[in-house]
Amino acid sequence: MSEAGEKLVLEIKDLHVYYGAIHAIKGISIKVPQGKIITLIGANGAGKTTTLSTISGLVKARSGKIFFNGVDITNKPAHAINRMGIAMVPEGRRIFPGLTVYENLMMGAYNRKDKEGIKEDLEWIFSLFPRLKERLSQMGGTLSGGEQQMLAISRALMSRPRLLMMDEPSLGLAPILVEEVFEVIQKINKEGTTILLVEQNAYGALRISDYGYVLETGNIVLEGPSSELLENEMVKKAYLGMS
Amino acid sequence: MGYSPGTFFLQNLFNATMLGGLYALIAVGYTMVYGILRLINFAHGDIMMMGVYFAFYAATIIYAPPLLAAIIAIAGAAGLGFLIDRVAYKPLRNAPRISALITAIGMSFFLESFAVVVFGAIPKSFLDVFKDKTILNKVLLVGGARIPLLTFLVILITAGIFVVLFWIVYKTKIGMAMRAISMDIPTTSLMGINVDMVIGFTFALGSALAAASGVMWAMRFPNVYPYMGFMPGMKAFIAAVVGGIGSIPGAIIGGLLLGFIEIFAVAYFPNFSGYRDAFAFIILIIILLIKPSGILGKKAIEKV
Repeated sequence: MSEAGEKLVLEIKDLHVYYGAIHAIKGISIKVPQGKIITLIGANGAGKTTTLSTISGLVKARSGKIFFNGVDITNKPAHAINRMGIAMVPEGRRIFPGLTVYENLMMGAYNRKDKEGIKEDLEWIFSLFPRLKERLSQMGGTLSGGEQQMLAISRALMSRPRLLMMDEPSLGLAPILVEEVFEVIQKINKEGTTILLVEQNAYGALRISDYGYVLETGNIVLEGPSSELLENEMVKKAYLGMS
Repeated sequence: MGYSPGTFFLQNLFNATMLGGLYALIAVGYTMVYGILRLINFAHGDIMMMGVYFAFYAATIIYAPPLLAAIIAIAGAAGLGFLIDRVAYKPLRNAPRISALITAIGMSFFLESFAVVVFGAIPKSFLDVFKDKTILNKVLLVGGARIPLLTFLVILITAGIFVVLFWIVYKTKIGMAMRAISMDIPTTSLMGINVDMVIGFTFALGSALAAASGVMWAMRFPNVYPYMGFMPGMKAFIAAVVGGIGSIPGAIIGGLLLGFIEIFAVAYFPNFSGYRDAFAFIILIIILLIKPSGILGKKAIEKV
């Protein structure tokens, strides 16, 4: 898909990651062009979360390169990578349970000094998730699963990221909430944020994304425009539950 | 005794509050570090001792007035705490917890031996810090009880320090980051927060409180020697466990409780005064039997 002149926000070249002796990521290359939604689908243990963790700096790469807006960010510390403009909605939401909803949101805006901008973004987030506004002084740990997911997305947005990475945002949510989360992802993207989405819910992810990669035991086995992947026989069989 | 029961009680009440507050100041340092790293910083009592020496030498070598000497002690201890984390604990962040614990014990021995070699084993008198000793000897009459002005000052300063501490932990950004780290370190780093800097700050803050406690301790018990941090450190650690380790209000409650029991037990049962130091351990054993997580502690769920 990388037509000439397309600006890449993120580019991964031949990435290898090990956990001890286990070769978890076996040389993958991924391109995330500006303004798009790119998705990474695959079964449990395929290496999706490891890939995101390596980009965000929580896990170290053995070899290969990760570029963000052309700058090499491979194996930089996680806090430095976030400050460059990459925010993450981690797997399992990882809300700070003993901080209030408001404090959780402010954690996302930790390095920002523009009070006015923070206020504006809060209002924007309340327009996306009106429920959060009602719960501002409540502890994060007391929210329901769906509310926590909304908070995790909002917290990531509070840093005004140039790239938003989401790890299984639909996991464990009721079907109606899954629908809502996918709608919000599209909305956020339309307002200008590039998104790298990791999902087990392949159908949902492919439907809203522009381009997809299929990961299997640390390898990319298939890639293509999402609309084509939806029609692909192998994808249908393995990930969409059709035969 | 020449005292009415009321004045006798009042006298001990002030002493207990002062002693308990000093324990609490040290206990907070244990509890903050434990809350973040699940590490018992056994060198914490020795950092208090180093702080006292800093104040002593600031006053006797560069003739700093007492208040400046105290500030030098607090700043010096804060720097030392930060440095100890950097040199001794940070390299072990991903090592098994037992390695860091052993390192903490080693750091304690190191600081004590360092003090013996560099400062000398012969006790020094902290009274040398004060050229004008009137402030130390002034006594106020409260409801018939004779309370040293110093006791009032120590209680007031301790309370003031706790107000500042709560403001830092619950109202500032760095305090929010400290609380976040105690819940989830990787996610905190995903928020763009340099976790190691915040941990270093926590060590510095805890060490500053220990030094403040140490300086006030030495004004009341002026014997300055390399092992002076051991017993207060041990008791403050017990206070932190009794209050619920990881909880700052718990550490304060635990510290006060220990101070009260120690003072009042000796006051009303003078025959037991020889067992003064044993009370802390008895409370520890009782708490560990009834509520192992401490007064304000949450049930610890060991993550596998």
